[in-house]
Amino acid sequence: MTFARQVLVTLGASAGLFVAHANAADITGAGASFPYPLYAKWAEQYKVKTGNGLNYQSIGSGGGIKQIQAKTVDFGASDAPMTADKLNAAGLVQFPTVMGGVVPVLNIPGIKPGEVKLTPTLLADIFLGKISKWNDPALVKANPGVKLPEQAITVVHRADGSGTTWIFTNYLSKVSADWKTKVGNEASVQWPKGVGGKGNEGVAQYVTRIKGAIGYVEYAYAKKNKMSHTQLQNKAGSFVNPDDATFKAAAASADWAGTPGFAVVLTDQAGAEAWPITGATFILMHKKQDNPAQATEALKFFDWAYKDGDNTARELDYVPMPAAVKDTIRTSWKQIAGGNGPVWK
Amino acid sequence: MTPPQSQEQRLKRQRVQDRLFRGSTQFFAFLVLALLAGIIISLFIGAMPAIKHFGLGFITGTDWNPVTEQFGGWNSITGTLLSSFIALLIGVPVSFGIAIFLTELSPVWLRRPLGMAIELLAGVPSIIYGMWGLFVFAPWFADNIQPTLAEATVNIPLIGALFQGPPMGIGMFTAGLILSIMVIPFIASVMRDVFEIVPAMLKESAYGLGCTTWEVVWNVVLPYTKNGVIGGVMLGLGRALGETMAVTFVIGNAHSGISSLFDPATSIAATLANEFTEATGELHTASLIELGMLLFVITFVVLSLSKLLLLRLEKSEGSNT
Repeated sequence: MTFARQVLVTLGASAGLFVAHANAADITGAGASFPYPLYAKWAEQYKVKTGNGLNYQSIGSGGGIKQIQAKTVDFGASDAPMTADKLNAAGLVQFPTVMGGVVPVLNIPGIKPGEVKLTPTLLADIFLGKISKWNDPALVKANPGVKLPEQAITVVHRADGSGTTWIFTNYLSKVSADWKTKVGNEASVQWPKGVGGKGNEGVAQYVTRIKGAIGYVEYAYAKKNKMSHTQLQNKAGSFVNPDDATFKAAAASADWAGTPGFAVVLTDQAGAEAWPITGATFILMHKKQDNPAQATEALKFFDWAYKDGDNTARELDYVPMPAAVKDTIRTSWKQIAGGNGPVWK
Repeated sequence: MTPPQSQEQRLKRQRVQDRLFRGSTQFFAFLVLALLAGIIISLFIGAMPAIKHFGLGFITGTDWNPVTEQFGGWNSITGTLLSSFIALLIGVPVSFGIAIFLTELSPVWLRRPLGMAIELLAGVPSIIYGMWGLFVFAPWFADNIQPTLAEATVNIPLIGALFQGPPMGIGMFTAGLILSIMVIPFIASVMRDVFEIVPAMLKESAYGLGCTTWEVVWNVVLPYTKNGVIGGVMLGLGRALGETMAVTFVIGNAHSGISSLFDPATSIAATLANEFTEATGELHTASLIELGMLLFVITFVVLSLSKLLLLRLEKSEGSNT
C-alpha cells in the first residue's frame, strides 16, 4: 500500500509544516504538484541550514495561480508557463526552477521498461482512441520482435487539472493535427476516452492495477513505482528512453534569455537525443510587494536552491537549470520591488 | 447577611432569564436557516456566469471541455443518480435482511455484538472504503467477476450490453457497490431501531394466528414502521448522493456517457473534488459551482419527495380506518 503510506506521509508533512508556520519568517507557497517532492526536500534542508521554513502546499498549478493572484501566498508555482501578456496583466514575475520529463507508462504483462517504441502519431492515436488494441497492426509494425497481446488498451489520464497534463497535451497538439483540433492543449481537457486518476499517484495506481493500461506520469513517479515506460520517437527521428541525459538534451536548445517571462516550452525539441515531452516548472511572484521582507526571504530560498540544491534535484530525477540561466533569473528578480525599491540586490 | 429578596424580584429575574434563554435558543435555530439561505445564495451567485452562458442547456449538455469552455452537467448528474440508484438497489434488500435477522431471528446473545459491528461500520471514514475499493476490490473484481459476467450475459439482448467492456474493475458498477456497502449500516441500523419499537403484542397476536415469520414481518412489522423505514432509506440515499472520496477513487472519473455498467463515469461530487482546485477559467469555476448547486437541488427534491410520500401514506392510512 504505497499510496496509503504516501497519503500518510503527505498528511504528516503538511501537518508538520503547518505547525512550523507559526514562525513568522516562514515562506509560504502553493501550486504545482510536479515539483512538490523536490520543494519539500529543499525546504527540509533549508530549514536545517538557516532555521527558516517553507510551507509549500501542493494544490496543483491552477490553484497556485489562483492563490498568488489572491495574494494568500508569497509565491505560486505552475507547470504551465504563463504568457508574457498574462504575466503583465496580473503584475507577476515568472521564473523556472527545474526541468523534468513526462513519461508514457504502460502495463502489459511480460513487457519490460523501454521495450515498446511509440511514434508521436501512435501515441496520439492511442489517446484519441483510434488504436484500441495492443496488437493493432500499426503498433506491431513499429515494434518488431515485441510480443504484443490481443488486449484492449485502457487509456489513463489525469482527472484533475494539472501541469503534467498541460505539458503532455502541448506535445500531442504539436505532433498531431487531429489532437489539436479535437482536444487541444490545456491543464484539463475533454478526453476522448479513458479513465481519470487523481494526481500522478492516481494515474500510477490505475496503470499498475489495470492490465492493458497506458497513462502518463512525471518521470520520478514512473521510476519510483518501477513502471514500464515506453520509448518515444523525437523530432530528429530517433527513439529515446526517458532519463536525465535526454531531458537535458531537450533543454539544451532552449532560448531562456530571449523569451519574456522565461515562458519556454520544451516539448518536441530538435536535438537528436532530446526526450520529446520535457517541461520546466515555474515560480510566480508579484512585482509589487506589500511585504518586501517576506519576498526577500522567498528569493533567498530560491537563491540557495539554485546554489546548493542541484544535487538534491538530480537525486529526485529533476534536471537543474544551466548556470547561465540561473544568473539571468537572478537579474530578473530586480523587477520585484517593495515600497523602498527592489527587494533583491 | 444578604438582604432578603422579595418574591416579586425573584420572579422578575427568572422571567428575564427565561426570555434570554428563549431568545438565544431561537437565535441558534434561526442561524441554521440563515446558513442554509446563505449557502444557496452564494452558490447561486457563484454559478451566475455559467447560468447566464449555458441556461437550461447546462443540465442536458454532455460536453465537458475546459479547452473550448463548453460545459454541460448531464454526465455528472446521471452519474450521481445512477450510482446512488445502484447503491439502493443492492443496499436496501440487504439492510432489510440484516434488520429482520437482528430483531426477529437472531439468538439474543448475538444481537448486541452484531448490532455494534454494524454501527461501527457506519463510523468507518469514507476514504477507507475508497482505498479498499481501489486496492482490494477492483483488481479482484476485474480478474474474477467481470470477465465471467460479461461472458455469461453477452447473448442476452439489452441486459448483455450493460455488462460488456474491458475488465478494469473501476467504473459505475464498482462505485455503486462501494456506495451500497457504505449506506447499508445507516439503513440497517435505522430499520433495526424502528423494528424494535413494534409492540410485542401485535407480533405475538399474529404469531398466535399462525402467521409465519415472513408474514409477520411483511404484514405487521413493515406497515407499522414504514415511516421509519422510508426515513432510513432516504438517509442512505442522502449519503450516497453526496459521497465524494470513495466514489472518486473507484468511479473512473471520465466525463463520457456510459453504455455499460462497467464503463468509467463521473458523479457531481467526484467532478467537484477533482477539478475545483485546478479550474482557472471563470466559466469552468462557475460551471462547477452550478453542479454543486444542482446537487443541492437534487438532494432537496429527494428529501421533499420522501416527505410527500410519507404524508400520502399517512392519509391513505387514515382512510383505511
